Amino acid sequence: MSSIGTGYDLSASQFSPDGRVFQVEYAVKAVENSGTVIGLKGKDGVVFAVEKLVTSKLYEAGANRRVFTIDKHVGMAVCGLIADARQIVDVARREAANYRSQYGVSIPLKYLNDRVSMYMHAYTLYSAVRPYGCSVILSSYDLTDGPSMYLIDPSGVSYGYHGCAVGKAKQSAKTEIEKLKLTNMSTRDLVKEAAKIIYLVHDELKDKNFELELSWVCEETQGRHERVPDNVFVEAEKCAKQAMEADSDSDTEDM
Amino acid sequence: MSFSNIDAFAAPPLWRNGPSPGAFYNFPNMQSKTSGFVEHSQSPVTTATSIVALTFKNGVIIAGDLLGSYGSLARFRNCPRILKINDNIILGAGGDYGDYQYVKDLIEQKIIDEECLDDGFNLKPKSLQCWLTRIMYNRRSRFDPFWNNFVVGGLQDGVPYLATVDKLGTAYEDKAICTGYGTHLALPIIRDTLQKNPNLSEEEARALVVKCMEVLFYRDAHSYPKYQIGVVTEAGVKIEGLVDVNQKWDLAHMIH
Amino acid sequence: MAMVSSESTPYFPDYGTTAPRTHHFRPYAENGGSVVAIAGNDFVVIGADTRLSAGFSIYTREQTKLFPLSKTTVLGCSGCWCDTLTLTRILSARMQMYEQEHNKIMSTPAAAQMLSTMLYYKRFFPYYIANILVGLDTDGKGCVFSYDPIGHCEKSTYRAGGSAGALLQPLLDNQIGLKNMLNVKDDPISLERALAILKDVFISAAERDIFTGDSIDINIITKDGVKKDSFELRKD
Repeated sequence: MSSIGTGYDLSASQFSPDGRVFQVEYAVKAVENSGTVIGLKGKDGVVFAVEKLVTSKLYEAGANRRVFTIDKHVGMAVCGLIADARQIVDVARREAANYRSQYGVSIPLKYLNDRVSMYMHAYTLYSAVRPYGCSVILSSYDLTDGPSMYLIDPSGVSYGYHGCAVGKAKQSAKTEIEKLKLTNMSTRDLVKEAAKIIYLVHDELKDKNFELELSWVCEETQGRHERVPDNVFVEAEKCAKQAMEADSDSDTEDM
Repeated sequence: MSFSNIDAFAAPPLWRNGPSPGAFYNFPNMQSKTSGFVEHSQSPVTTATSIVALTFKNGVIIAGDLLGSYGSLARFRNCPRILKINDNIILGAGGDYGDYQYVKDLIEQKIIDEECLDDGFNLKPKSLQCWLTRIMYNRRSRFDPFWNNFVVGGLQDGVPYLATVDKLGTAYEDKAICTGYGTHLALPIIRDTLQKNPNLSEEEARALVVKCMEVLFYRDAHSYPKYQIGVVTEAGVKIEGLVDVNQKWDLAHMIH
Repeated sequence: MAMVSSESTPYFPDYGTTAPRTHHFRPYAENGGSVVAIAGNDFVVIGADTRLSAGFSIYTREQTKLFPLSKTTVLGCSGCWCDTLTLTRILSARMQMYEQEHNKIMSTPAAAQMLSTMLYYKRFFPYYIANILVGLDTDGKGCVFSYDPIGHCEKSTYRAGGSAGALLQPLLDNQIGLKNMLNVKDDPISLERALAILKDVFISAAERDIFTGDSIDINIITKDGVKKDSFELRKD
């Protein structure tokens, strides 16, 4: 960051002379410190994979979840400050519940994405508040409209994606995702690929322990967002570890 | 303020209790209030009749017909009111059908909220029943009651559980519960059977419910020959779609 | 076909329907039930029938109307059942809050005062309940507190309340209070005699009051805690 400080970074309500809002960029930094999260959209569903960094051995397994269910048919994976993210989860849940009570049907993901991103954007406009230090990925599968996935940044910007990655290793994860032919892949294959990518981009030197989280929303679950079943999870993790070993074997051969 | 209010400048009604010229149409004999007070539901509109429910050896069975009556008019003939809440709970409702649909939406959102928590815990029938009691009592205390009788059936930690709430929030558990005309026509039959055999099997319980629905169809003018049966056991919830009352009218011509 | 009515506007009988009958909503129900409590020097017994009814319908034959508030305090309620459910739920929450705030369990006289306050707080939309609260006071002596629906509280040694209250109170006055009698020894009542009278008066109530019957739940409170008992009544 070229012009750190210089007085323009104290408030989200002030531009810098070169047209930037530093508070928002700092929020993005907060996201970049967090464990990697990826989302992959295939032909019949969306898969989330999260590298949840475990900073202490004293944590219970499964604590501090990073993948949430917003409504029956909507999933959200979060990256960044977990406390900020939980508030976004809550807002999204309220939007979904409100839509359901008004119209009697599940909220369309496009509309939910609009609402949540507008909410996050509102927190980049005023001096009295700080932007949310998290990025969230929304996913859904509709039996008629197929799968959809959106990523919302702390700035409130959101795009639809075939594959996306946020967090520490987003660059290398994106490179890996680009190698996949996402639109032709089934959700079952995506789960394995997603697990592989998380294992691959995990930095063993800097962050020792991590927990893998996998969730999907797809045809197989009748459009419900769920954590992947145990057997699928175990197989995906096994597959990822094998790929890692094969990788390190070929590395040694090279040497 | 509703648009039906009569003000001093409006023309008098065309006939007694009839509509006034240029005014919106009013139902005959319905009193239109002139006060500025908030109007509360003082009476049900589209109503459903009895619910029949009992516990058996390893589960609970609830039945209710499909009729939505509009006063004495058999107006809506496909009003299902046996509801699966989760794999462990079924709900039956009598009384105002609109109020039931509203409460149903509340419950369904509650179930979604619980699913979102994803803590591996499922709502149990006793908790749902207690919550419903609070909802109903709260509304009666605001003089704006939900005009319903709810019957909650399920397995509470593996043990059959059956309880009911009415529009006041009056709630109790029992082995056999009926609402509406069922209280007078079906409940005595069930209590009698349970006294002779307190441990009915699922088949026996179902046969008993079918018998009760038959009795109710013949004597309750607000009943209907098509009904649903909901059963909850260890195996989960099943709601049987249209069950028909086995009608026998061939004796009718012999009765003068 | 207009028919001339007493008023000048025409009356068309065809339009006069028997519209859906309008019910007037009444927030209270009388669900019946009787409660009787008798206190002795080192005990108190309270009994309540288990019939829950509305008019000529019996809702259930096995509804306990006794609510333990602490190890030495029991509340008996009869009247509007939905109010009873609400009041007892709030009461047990208040008992728990007291325990957590003060690190001790509320005494019976304190609970009695709290109940009075809670009832009076709803003075203009009362809980329609006949409450009888019993327990041991701080000296271990049995005590009975009875209430009207808006919080008037009276301490006594015996009380009958609920649907057969008016029927049973004179009987208790005679048998336990020994009122209007000459040359009677006013010995403190024994637990055995209290229980016998309790059962007898309920048998009498079940004979004459249709809202009382099925069976009675009895709680016997001594320094050792609450002992539960039950007794069958006629079920018609």
